[in-house]
Amino acid sequence: MVAGSVIVIVLVAAGIFFFFAATIGFLRFPDLYTRMHATGKGDTFGLFLCIFGLAVYNLFDNPSWYMGVVQSVKLVSIAVFWFLASPTATHALLRSAFESGVVPWTKDGKSVRDRDEREDGP
Amino acid sequence: MDQFFLGAAVALCLLIFLALYRAVVGPTVFDRIIGAGFIGTKTTVLLVLIGFIYGRLDMFVDLALVYSILNFIGTLIFSKYFIRKGSQW
Repeated sequence: MVAGSVIVIVLVAAGIFFFFAATIGFLRFPDLYTRMHATGKGDTFGLFLCIFGLAVYNLFDNPSWYMGVVQSVKLVSIAVFWFLASPTATHALLRSAFESGVVPWTKDGKSVRDRDEREDGP
Repeated sequence: MDQFFLGAAVALCLLIFLALYRAVVGPTVFDRIIGAGFIGTKTTVLLVLIGFIYGRLDMFVDLALVYSILNFIGTLIFSKYFIRKGSQW
């Protein structure tokens, strides 16, 4: 039981670390697209680690093993669903932002579309 | 173990308040949508942690599942709705 507790604490703490890193990126990055890059990955993996650790804890700690297995399967299904759904939502939102005219940030302040026209020309 | 879950829940609440700053002052409407989705993801973990703290995981795990599905559908519908209005808002 002690080894299981150590595994659970490590998984949940790693998930909260990923949430923390995603929040720092969400506050500090200069652009919509870079912020979406930070949250879209750190958020997904943080939730996966947290929910997986809690499912392991519930599997060992629940008094009735049948309810433990059922609730752990539900928890893992949350993690798997969000692992599929979060990149889809991020992709749809990014395409919507790009088509409605949000300009990507560049280091020298020039637009990405102008740069493509300049470099693709003869 | 309950103390650890309580500490993790408090840490998640602090991160939710940090993300709420960007969701309130975000320059474009898409920043606010990302902020709402980000807060919803952390709320899913927070619901499961509250279920462990109260000892009623059989109820809270269904709430967390439905909340994650509604969060996903809400983000998709907002991204479809603001596809031509984003630069004006």
